[in-house]
Amino acid sequence: MKLTAPPLVCQQAVELMSDYLEGSLSRRDRRRLEKHLAACPHCSTYLEQIRLTIAASGSVGSEDLEPAALDDLVELFRRFRDDPDRG
Amino acid sequence: MDDAELLERLLAGDEKAFTELVVRYNATLIRLALYYVNGLASAQDVAQDTWIAVMRGADRFEGRSSFKTWLFRILVNRARTTGTKESRTIPVDPTDSGATVSAARFDGGGAWRVPPEPFTEAIDNAVANEKVIRLVHESIASLPEPQRSVVTLRDAEGLSTMEVAELLGLSEANVRVILHRGRARVRNDVETRMQGGES
Repeated sequence: MKLTAPPLVCQQAVELMSDYLEGSLSRRDRRRLEKHLAACPHCSTYLEQIRLTIAASGSVGSEDLEPAALDDLVELFRRFRDDPDRG
Repeated sequence: MDDAELLERLLAGDEKAFTELVVRYNATLIRLALYYVNGLASAQDVAQDTWIAVMRGADRFEGRSSFKTWLFRILVNRARTTGTKESRTIPVDPTDSGATVSAARFDGGGAWRVPPEPFTEAIDNAVANEKVIRLVHESIASLPEPQRSVVTLRDAEGLSTMEVAELLGLSEANVRVILHRGRARVRNDVETRMQGGES
């Protein structure tokens, strides 16, 4: 007889979610998690929020770059372009 | 315009292309440098050295990886050479069972007692979304290392786990554990601050 894995409880499920999104869970754990998620709205909310934070982290391109820092680099670029040996 | 195209123009002497790449990546370069060196000044120096290397075309970009992975690799090679942080201690304790959600939020059987609070009532509310984005970015910036670098490279910059592992000198398994902890922490921060009614 094939042993079935015990069902997950919420406290265990939350610890698998990042790996679930990474696609790095074993098939067995993935099935257990999906089964749990199908029955647990709270864990589904949790997963959705992890997804949302991941999406939000990539949504802003450039961070504030100090104008002075940018000026310095552009100055460097000009020096280099005009005289690559010195740059 | 994509990164590779900008690089080509940069090498042909186009200042605007250079500026655009600096705006896109300098902040991440400095943050990544801080993983390896002490102090903002050193990190800025390493970032500057990286741009010089790019201008020189010393390490040719051959499109085998994405432009940013190539760029970050140049930075890491330089930062490692600078290596003011002599021996980095990577605070990953394999014996740490590392629960990412406070045990107080579960009952004795492991079911939610204090379930996750929805970030916002209005899912499509653009203002609320903007706030979530800002809180996520603030939270990532406040993560301890190595979580900050891992989350930045994997989730904000979209590098693969393998690339992140290589850049930070970690195993892929470690990257996954650190990523898991970092993401859970960011989610928790956002939940707390959305509830706190911060503007």
